[in-house]
Amino acid sequence: MKEYKVTGNKDTRSGFGAGLLEAGRRNKDVVALCADLTGSVKMDSFAQEFPERMVQCGIAEADMIGIAAGLALSGKVAFAGSFAAFSTGRVYDQIRQAVAYSNTNVKIAGSHAGITLGEDGATHQILEDLGLMKMLPNMVVLNPCDYNQTKAATIAAAEYNGPVYIRFGRPKVPVFIPEDMPFEIGKAIVLNEGSDVSLMATGHLVWEALQAAEMLEKEGIKAEVLDIHTIKPLDSEAILRSAKKTGCVVSCEEHQYNGGLGESIAQLLVRNNPMPMEFVGIDDKFGESGKPEELMVKYGLKAVNIAEAAKKAISRK
Amino acid sequence: MQPEKQRKETMADVKQMQDIATQVRRDIIRMVNGCQSGHPGGSLGCADFMTALYFDAMEFDIDNFTRSGAGEDMFFLSNGHISPVWYSVLARRGYFPVSELGTFRRLGTRLQGHPSIHDSLPGVRQASGSLGQGLSVAIGAALAKKMNNDEKLVYTLHGDGELQEGQIWEAVMFAGANHVDNLISTIDVNNLQIDGSTNEVCSLGDLRAKFEAFMWEVVEMEGNDMNAVVEGLKLAKQKTKQGKPVVILMHTQMGYGVDFMQNKNKWHGTPPSDEQASQALSQLKETLGDY
Repeated sequence: MKEYKVTGNKDTRSGFGAGLLEAGRRNKDVVALCADLTGSVKMDSFAQEFPERMVQCGIAEADMIGIAAGLALSGKVAFAGSFAAFSTGRVYDQIRQAVAYSNTNVKIAGSHAGITLGEDGATHQILEDLGLMKMLPNMVVLNPCDYNQTKAATIAAAEYNGPVYIRFGRPKVPVFIPEDMPFEIGKAIVLNEGSDVSLMATGHLVWEALQAAEMLEKEGIKAEVLDIHTIKPLDSEAILRSAKKTGCVVSCEEHQYNGGLGESIAQLLVRNNPMPMEFVGIDDKFGESGKPEELMVKYGLKAVNIAEAAKKAISRK
Repeated sequence: MQPEKQRKETMADVKQMQDIATQVRRDIIRMVNGCQSGHPGGSLGCADFMTALYFDAMEFDIDNFTRSGAGEDMFFLSNGHISPVWYSVLARRGYFPVSELGTFRRLGTRLQGHPSIHDSLPGVRQASGSLGQGLSVAIGAALAKKMNNDEKLVYTLHGDGELQEGQIWEAVMFAGANHVDNLISTIDVNNLQIDGSTNEVCSLGDLRAKFEAFMWEVVEMEGNDMNAVVEGLKLAKQKTKQGKPVVILMHTQMGYGVDFMQNKNKWHGTPPSDEQASQALSQLKETLGDY
């Protein structure tokens, strides 16, 4: 089992903030828009350093998406951010027409995504955003797993020309991706080699998948772990290569089964190489208030759940 | 220049633009009749405004169209369903061949039912059709001009029914609060929408008072009188760069120029039959040659 050194505990939203600041330093055309959540979305350091490039829209997300599109078609790289519930679902039609269909260089930033938002409850815990965004033609969908990767993904999003959705979260989670690990949109990362089962994870569940692989190793099961930070375009080659090697797959995500990473992988496997597959995610339910960790346990998103799913997948081979 | 000579030249320009607007109205009828779909009512009502905008008010480089619009005045059509009038004016102005108007709404066309950037139609910078979004996009473009020290202006057009969309008021609030004063938005006040009059469907109330309350400069003009439109646009332009966005409340009649369509909400989105089209065309002189 490959060792990953944990260098700290940080929220992925802070990785976004650091990435945005860096992108802003590299390119004077990078601008940011927020709807009264500058601090929560971690745009504050960018706003401080580049006040003339920060657009405060007030609590008006639909307007924010439109303004971002107008800035982008004029040559700016426009990051529009809010809680993921409000920067995707609330403004779906605006994103569809003004960003995706119009192919504007807008980066939709979704903070506080998923059930690990915690105490605010289901109104804010969006578990459908990956599906909503991946369905739109032209849209790239990123779901990085820790602080370092979110920073790298944000910089990559700024350098990519076209619509991007980047999803990140609120809780402090282990930082284990090396700071210098290259980030390439659309290229999955094999974090651990194995031969019995492929754990294909995204976002916060990548760490859980690594923990699951350790648990499985103690039982003599060799699990391969893929970090699929790009939901779209999906790295079909890496997924099919790993699946062929291990013969069964578990998808792991903090998202509804419907519309999630697992659904994309299943579609790919059915077309190319049907095999046993299990899903770790949310099964058509809304979340609720609670501490992130408690919710992860209650909704079955922990390493132990992934390990169980892996054994089930292996048994179906 | 002698005042009299100047007036004559202006009048000649106005006469010329009236002829163009009449031809644009013919184009609209023929386009919508040709594919038996589309929105003639609002298109006809806005023919004078769109003609004056592209043949008089705006400054742009016709030969080097760029999506970014740097160094040019930019226009965004927010009520994208009146695409026939925009396409006709763009073609008549020279953005693309007038013969292309015959492809409107047909398979493979660049002239999509609602404006699209999909096939890079010169003149179009952003998709519209889902209502209420164009003002926000235009504000973004106007902010970019300010950031880039670009002195040119951004124009928009909206239907009055479109003002029922909530996003419009988010954008109106933002533009007033943030002094987006390089922006001229025009509202086509024809008092009609698909289901009836705006008063019956959901009254807009006192639009002047509303925009003033949101810290906008308000200009009112008659939209189916070329002289009034030219003067109204000039006045609006004079009011830019003074700390407030500018709105033109433009009073028009849906279907203007065709007697049986005039002021009838039925013609919002109904194509005329061949017989009705002939009747309409008999009221509109072919001034520049049909496509």
